[in-house]
Amino acid sequence: MVRALLVRGMLAGLLAGLLAALFAGLVGEPALDGGIAYEDALAAAAGEEAGVAPVSRGVQSTVGLAVGFVIYGVAVGGILALVCATAQGRLGALSARATVVVVAAVGFVAAVLVPFIKYPANPPAASADDTIGLRTGLFVVVVAVSVGLAVGATVLARRLSATLGWWNAVLAAAGGYLVLVVLVGVLLPTIAETPADFPAAVLYDFRLASLGGHLVLWTALALVFAELVDRATRPAAAALR
Amino acid sequence: MSQAAAEPRPVAIPAPIPLREIAPWALFAGVVLLALLYLVGMDQGATSVFSGEVLHEFVHDGRHLLGFPCH
Repeated sequence: MVRALLVRGMLAGLLAGLLAALFAGLVGEPALDGGIAYEDALAAAAGEEAGVAPVSRGVQSTVGLAVGFVIYGVAVGGILALVCATAQGRLGALSARATVVVVAAVGFVAAVLVPFIKYPANPPAASADDTIGLRTGLFVVVVAVSVGLAVGATVLARRLSATLGWWNAVLAAAGGYLVLVVLVGVLLPTIAETPADFPAAVLYDFRLASLGGHLVLWTALALVFAELVDRATRPAAAALR
Repeated sequence: MSQAAAEPRPVAIPAPIPLREIAPWALFAGVVLLALLYLVGMDQGATSVFSGEVLHEFVHDGRHLLGFPCH
C-alpha cells in the first residue's frame, strides 16, 4: 500500500514538475535574464572579461530548468505520498482523495509560502556571493521549523477534535501555528542584500514567477496524485456500497 | 449494506495504514528523496558533496526559480 502510494506520488510529481517547468520557462526566464543582464552590465563596467561557462545559457534555461523542476517535483511528490500514507484514515472523515488535497495545501503553506515570505526567491546578481552559507543555513532553518510546526499543529488539531470538534480544533491549531511561525520569522535575521540600483521590476517579476511556478507545481501535484489515489482505491470503495 | 438508491453517495474513509508498515518506507525513501532535494537545491553552493560546478550550473535556473538561495 505504501509502495503503491509512493510510486503514484512520484509519478504525479514528475508530471507536475514538467508543467511547472513550462510555466517557469515562459514566465520566469525573462525575469531571470533581467538579472543576468544586470550582472553582465556590472562586469562590463568593472572591465571584467566574461569567462567560459561550463554550461551554456541555452542549456540552463531549457533542459537544465526542466531537469531541476522535475527532480524537485518527484522528490516532493514522494514525500507528499509518504505523508499522505500516514495521514489517510487519521484525519476525521476525509476520503483518501481529500486527504491528498489537505496535506498538499498544508505542505505548500508550510514548506513554500511561509519560507518564501521570510526569505523570498532572488534572481541572479540580487544577492551577495559570500553570504551563500548564511542564506542557505537560514533557509533550511525556516523550512524545517515551519514544516515541524505544521506537523505539530496537525497532530494537535487531531487531538483537540475529540473535544472541540474538527472546525474549532483546526482553527485553534492553525492559529497556534501562525503565532509561532510569525514569532520565528521576527526572531530570524533579515537578509537585505539587493543592490540599490537593481531593477525593481526584474525583482518583482522574478519573485512572482517563482511563487507562481511553485503554485503550478503543488496544485498539479495535488490534483494528479488525488486522482491516482482515488482510482487506486475505487474498487475497494465500490465494494463498500 | 444499506439501500442507498436515493441517498447521497457515502464517502469512503480509508483505513489507517499501521505506522510500523510506513516506517521503513519513510526512512529509506525519505532519505533518498531529501538527498534529491539537496542535490537540486543546494549542492555545489554553500556545501559540496560533488566537487566542481557543473551540477550547480546545470540546474542553475531551476534553483533560482524554485527559491533556493543562490548567488
